[in-house]
Amino acid sequence: MLDVVAAICLVAGSFLALAAGIGVLRFPDLLARMHASSKPQVLGVLLGLTGLAIRLRVGPAIWTLALVAIFQMLTTPVATHLVARAGYRTGKIQPDRLVVDELTEDLLQAKTDTPGGQGSPPKSGIIDEGGPGFDPEPN
Amino acid sequence: MAIIAVTCVAMLAAGAAMAMIRVEGGPSILDRLVALDIITNILIIGLAVEAALNRRTETVPVLVALALVGFVGSVAVARFASVEPEDAARIKTRAEVEAEDAAQLEAELAAALLEAETSAGRDEASGGGEDA
Repeated sequence: MLDVVAAICLVAGSFLALAAGIGVLRFPDLLARMHASSKPQVLGVLLGLTGLAIRLRVGPAIWTLALVAIFQMLTTPVATHLVARAGYRTGKIQPDRLVVDELTEDLLQAKTDTPGGQGSPPKSGIIDEGGPGFDPEPN
Repeated sequence: MAIIAVTCVAMLAAGAAMAMIRVEGGPSILDRLVALDIITNILIIGLAVEAALNRRTETVPVLVALALVGFVGSVAVARFASVEPEDAARIKTRAEVEAEDAAQLEAELAAALLEAETSAGRDEASGGGEDA
């Protein structure tokens, strides 16, 4: 019985990996591809680890797998955020494809609020040649 | 069990192959990074499937290492992503690379020749007298 549950978990995790492969191949731009790739990153890996834990049923292995799961859930949002930020700052995100674009609005707002203000002035436009993740005042 | 193994491996392999196509053709480094992230995760799921089928616990530390390395890799690449030139979107062919290398070598040779000529001229001028 438990083996059946484990098998279902493993197959579901593999299916998510397949879906991510299709998505990253077919979707048109960076954000859509990131959307597709985040499915196996969290749910797929968690399902695979759950299946493995159910199948192994040994204490130390299950604790190590829980560690992997927690680490994956902690680090995936950080990495995805960094990738999206780098994409935005290097102009790889086309604004006409977006439904909501709060970051550009906020940047424009910050620009108009601080006319020649102190510190580093807001960069012109979307493209920031200085490299992503390097400014001392993150937006 | 065999059916499950075949199903899982087939789906994982198909996903990895499609992600690999995106790695080859992805227009920017970030698209390639996203696709490589998928491949790392497929590796983790595949190792989990293998360990579950054979009931082995030695693979579990490998999963920890893979999760760590995948995070570090994607953060490092995202940190150094920058505005890319247009022709960096695709992988160059061997002939293009050779032509580029030849052009660069020629330019370097010409620069070195020019340098040698000017330094020789300067030596003559300074040796001839102090009318410079």
